[in-house]
Amino acid sequence: MATEPILKVKKVNKHFPGVQALKDFSVTIHEGDIHALVGENGAGKSTLIKIIAGAYQKDNGEVIYNGIPLGEVDPVDCIAKGISTVHQELKLVEELPVFENILLGAPVERKTPFGKYVDWKQSKAKAQQLIDSMDIDIDINEIVANLSIAKKQIVEICKALSRQARLVIMDEPSATLTEKELEILFRIIKHLKEQGITIIYISHRLEEIFEIADRVTIMRDGEHIITDDVANMNRKKLISYMVGREIDNIYPDRHKQNNKVLLTVDNLSIEGLLHDISFQVHEGEILGIAGLVGSGRTDLARAIFGVDKMTSGRVYLRDEQHGIKNIQEAINNKIALVPEDRTHQGIVPDLTVGMNISLVGIDHVIERTFINSKTEVSKTNQLIKQLRIQTPSNHQSIKFLSGGNQQKCVLAKWLFVESDLLIFDEPTRGIDIGAKQEIYRLLVDLAAQGKGIIMISSELPEILGISHRIIVMHDGKITGEVFPENTSQEEIIHLATI
Amino acid sequence: MENQDSTQRNLLKGFRKFITKSSQDYAIIYILLGLTILLSIIARNFLSINNMVNVFRQSAIFGILAAGEFFVIISGMIDLSISSTAALSGIIFAMIIKAGGIGMWPVAILAGLVSGVIVGWINGFLVAKLKIPAFIATLGSYLYVRGIVYMSTNAYPIVSLDDGYNFIGRGFVLGIPFPIVVMAVVYIVSIVLSEKKKLGRFFYAIGGNEEAAYLSGIKSDRIKTLAYIVCGFMAAVAGIILMSRLGSGQPNAAIGYEFEAIIAVVLGGVSFSGGKGKALNVLFGTLFIAMLVNGMTIMNINPFAQQIIKGVVFILAIWNDVLRNKPSR
Repeated sequence: MATEPILKVKKVNKHFPGVQALKDFSVTIHEGDIHALVGENGAGKSTLIKIIAGAYQKDNGEVIYNGIPLGEVDPVDCIAKGISTVHQELKLVEELPVFENILLGAPVERKTPFGKYVDWKQSKAKAQQLIDSMDIDIDINEIVANLSIAKKQIVEICKALSRQARLVIMDEPSATLTEKELEILFRIIKHLKEQGITIIYISHRLEEIFEIADRVTIMRDGEHIITDDVANMNRKKLISYMVGREIDNIYPDRHKQNNKVLLTVDNLSIEGLLHDISFQVHEGEILGIAGLVGSGRTDLARAIFGVDKMTSGRVYLRDEQHGIKNIQEAINNKIALVPEDRTHQGIVPDLTVGMNISLVGIDHVIERTFINSKTEVSKTNQLIKQLRIQTPSNHQSIKFLSGGNQQKCVLAKWLFVESDLLIFDEPTRGIDIGAKQEIYRLLVDLAAQGKGIIMISSELPEILGISHRIIVMHDGKITGEVFPENTSQEEIIHLATI
Repeated sequence: MENQDSTQRNLLKGFRKFITKSSQDYAIIYILLGLTILLSIIARNFLSINNMVNVFRQSAIFGILAAGEFFVIISGMIDLSISSTAALSGIIFAMIIKAGGIGMWPVAILAGLVSGVIVGWINGFLVAKLKIPAFIATLGSYLYVRGIVYMSTNAYPIVSLDDGYNFIGRGFVLGIPFPIVVMAVVYIVSIVLSEKKKLGRFFYAIGGNEEAAYLSGIKSDRIKTLAYIVCGFMAAVAGIILMSRLGSGQPNAAIGYEFEAIIAVVLGGVSFSGGKGKALNVLFGTLFIAMLVNGMTIMNINPFAQQIIKGVVFILAIWNDVLRNKPSR
């Protein structure tokens, strides 16, 4: 199995403001292997593959590809050298047909006396050949936007192959796939391996690693923990390497919930997205919402918060009979949303930490129609202290803070207006384990104060670890309600894929 | 050969680093000071009181336009229609004085200002409600507003106006030229509005991250419309001063001024992508251009060459903005 190394990463460091993403990281990847890369969110996997693919510059260290140091490269250089990445968020031009996407940037050209022109006939033939080699039914003239996510991934893989890729990096390709689609993906990965192509495979689903990978590297907090043959591993070993401690003790104890109903969602529907959703949240309760990406979890959060209009149904707090119809009403009713995508939906990067925290409750720091900066700073400082937000000062631009601290600021923004019901959409995505633990403790503390919490998460251990009750969604419907004491990850996955 | 290439690359890198480092929030102040010192050495009479008053008076109209443009740009948009709006407001002002005599001046001023607010409101409607890209929508306004000016005057200047029509553009208050007084007031209001008022904070929030601002309960449509209204109002103020200074109603006045205003805003270090920048620095940006032009004129530099220099300075300013906003890799 072990052949020549195709890629050697030697003592690479990468530092971002507030976080050391990679620490003296070294790994060797052999040609023709399917090499799995695992670790918790924030372990540094994305940083590593972005450095390999040329999207980030390393601070120091060396990346040796085919025996030659890569030096300072950008993604274009890397693709030319045969390193391609299939990203989690696919980088396809949605409006263009399949064959143009496959040959994007490198179509077959024909020389004429008047210069080079794209040879569409040859280009199509080449794309068709690649698709055929995958043994899958995709029309090369179809517009990419009309394809399923799995098929889009295959188009992305074909695109990599059209550039003579020798090393293909797959960043969580399975995150959004159904079981059936996954089978197709695995078949294609094995097919690539037969052609001698090396694959770096990132996934959070550990079962997949045992099914497909030859070797596995485990990362934690930017450090290399171990690289070994998958044959020498088992699930338990893998998890203990990943977490580095027993999983149980990262979740704080839950407090008892109250019986008073805080939020009622009554037959909520949005045409084509959500169907007849009803549930309640009690004071002091943490309600987990599980489900795959695209199951309607985020749509539900947005509907409750009044962002997207519901087609029918009602949402109300306590026993107020008038429902919530827009964001302003939701905020006035003390509902808060900590959105999924922190950078694009949570923070205003160029504003200071203090200004971000006071954004919703700016009226609290206004005196005689003017913003009182002193009051603003002192009031927001209280929250910075209370939530232990690590920032050099109140006046620092929030963009310089680490992900975990930014997330705390987004939460602080809502605590500033004393929200009663807080909806967290993937609150721990992309933050390191220490910050995660702090977020868990905050959630539990808030619930202990009588606030209601809805936590949407793709990470089953954390949903099981801190929820009082869990709702599972699939295809815009609630497919089950379970209690962490007497359920299992398997049951939830089953409900999420019914 | 390769060696030479890498030396060149290193030089370029070093220069970039220098630009990035030196362009903190207040860089324009140092640049302005540097230019002042340079010009006072090489251009005779540059620092004389007379000439300085001249520089400020020349910069008043651009400065006021730039203040309005500043609010639209920090909100993450652009307004290309301000020169036409200024002409419209100025022409309305002139027409009312022509029709009713100088006694009508309060009505004339009010009507001029209201017309600016209306154009601003329409721009806001097009961009915020109809979601037409700001560049396109205000380019349309640039055309139709100027069209209204030509239609209402048949493109003939409005002349032989009462004495006193000139006061706003040429008069003095306590020995200070009136346009300078207006500009000072405009900048005090702009600084307070942008730094001390809720609306100003919301402009920055919308320009910095509209989605996050919206999810924080800020009605982004309304805030964007207000940014255009403020800009339209400022354009009207500038237009009235301009027409008064010209001593007549000129239908083709102010053409091209929107670019002067945008250049001033960008030179003031305001990020073109929105959400970042200070009102006071826009004033310094305006003064920078006025001094540069004034100094070059004193030194008898060919006006065509002047334009080349202005263009180069503008591109350097934008490059600086790009470097500052480049995500770290």
